[in-house]
Amino acid sequence: MLTVFKAKIEHLGGVGINIVESSGRLGLFLFNTLSRLWMYRFPLEETIKQLLFIGAKTVPLILISGLFTGMVVALQFYDTLIRFGSVDLLGAAVAMSLIRELGPVMAALMVIARVGSAACAEIGIMRNEQQFDALDCMAIDSYHYVMLPRLIAAIISVPLLTAMFDTFGIGGGYIVGVLIHGVSDGAYLVGMADTIIWNDVWMGIVKSFLFGLVIMCVCLAKGFNLHIEQKQSGAVGVSQATTQAVVLSAVLMLFVDYIVSSLML
Amino acid sequence: MTSSDKSIIEVNDLVTHYGDRKILKDLNFSVEKGEIRVIMGGSGSGKSTLLNHMLALLTPTSGSIVIDGVDVVNANRKTLLKLRQKMGVAFQGGALFSSMTVGENIKLPLQHHTKLDEHTIDIMTRLKLELMNLAGYEDLMPSELSGGMLKRAGLARAVIMDPKLLFFDEPSAGLDPVTAVELDELILKLRDAMNMTIIVVTHELESAFKIADKITVLFDGEIAITGTVDEIKNSKDVRIQNMINRRARDEHLDAEQYIKRLTTGKN
Repeated sequence: MLTVFKAKIEHLGGVGINIVESSGRLGLFLFNTLSRLWMYRFPLEETIKQLLFIGAKTVPLILISGLFTGMVVALQFYDTLIRFGSVDLLGAAVAMSLIRELGPVMAALMVIARVGSAACAEIGIMRNEQQFDALDCMAIDSYHYVMLPRLIAAIISVPLLTAMFDTFGIGGGYIVGVLIHGVSDGAYLVGMADTIIWNDVWMGIVKSFLFGLVIMCVCLAKGFNLHIEQKQSGAVGVSQATTQAVVLSAVLMLFVDYIVSSLML
Repeated sequence: MTSSDKSIIEVNDLVTHYGDRKILKDLNFSVEKGEIRVIMGGSGSGKSTLLNHMLALLTPTSGSIVIDGVDVVNANRKTLLKLRQKMGVAFQGGALFSSMTVGENIKLPLQHHTKLDEHTIDIMTRLKLELMNLAGYEDLMPSELSGGMLKRAGLARAVIMDPKLLFFDEPSAGLDPVTAVELDELILKLRDAMNMTIIVVTHELESAFKIADKITVLFDGEIAITGTVDEIKNSKDVRIQNMINRRARDEHLDAEQYIKRLTTGKN
């Protein structure tokens, strides 16, 4: 009995140590990457390449998911508001929920699905194929050359993608509320314009900026530290690291979401 | 000329561990300038670990590695970066960046460490590709190259900065005999044309005997012998004779330990 209890405690202790170690590595990774901003010339060319991959190529996915999210949110709100005879508030309700909450979160989830997983797998394979060793041996700094452009591109892209998501979401709400269910377009648009204040938009911007940072930092770090954190190497290690990166970045993103909301509301 | 003037690499009392397991056991050797030194040994002998320590990719438990006057174990980042610009490394699988073309891979060190214009960099890249018999392949992606071509492209990238010191990990592994011989010739050509010191890590006997000025043989993390090709061939060490004559190790089987291993799965 005592042995079983001791084993459980040891296991818990092991898990605790792993969490502390992983958090430390993540923090160090972020520090090392950002410190390259003042240690070297800014990698403009690489950042533009990453802006194309992380930002521009994600636009179609963001527009489609934004449109449908807006439509379904409008439908749900319409169904609720009509019971209280307040359908004039539809525009305000859709815009408020998208700008403050759903836009940043959904856009970030789309970026995790399309970019985060791909970035983690790419970096993990680079680690497996000794490409980071090769960079070290060529006296080229991996944090500056590989990590910084991706991180900066994510920090720039996610707020812009969120803005597009919000715009198309509000458009989707307009289609469902005004065009399908006959809500007055004046009420939809003016209600929205009267209710939304700068603080709501600012909250969305702060969230999406932090989400971009968290998502890309976790996904890159999981790939970069693959040889330390994964028990198995090769394809299995890459697949495990990618799964962990997607799950951890999504959970951390929601945690940051709560913290920012509670501080700004 | 003192011994340290002549030698470009000095490894002193090098001890390394992976966890509790001792991998390299008190290694001492030096490599002279302009020499082709082959480091040989079977799987698990510690030769790849030794290479990674010489490249300062790992930190040893104790001991020192001095390369071109720099103690790489205790060197700061800046000193190490400067030293690495004088070194080239050709990795076993090439370690080319899969998102770049062959040409972009090869010119990468020049773009980072020199202020040469793009046209000059292009010419230098093509020169190295010609040297490696890879002319015309610069616009292909690494995934479009064969194993031998990948190794040669990796070698082209390793020598693009005309390094004083070249490390080559398993040049012949996984190659057909003709391509392996071509790579050996290339290594000799590089030393003669560019006066490089070349460290080759391999387990291929034929290749080692062809290119080496001196061979260091590792067994279980210890140096069994360092000598010329003839000295290795004439060594009376049974392990070396087994290696040269491709004989299996004649290990004494302890019956009690064997039963213990089978029943408990532990040594």
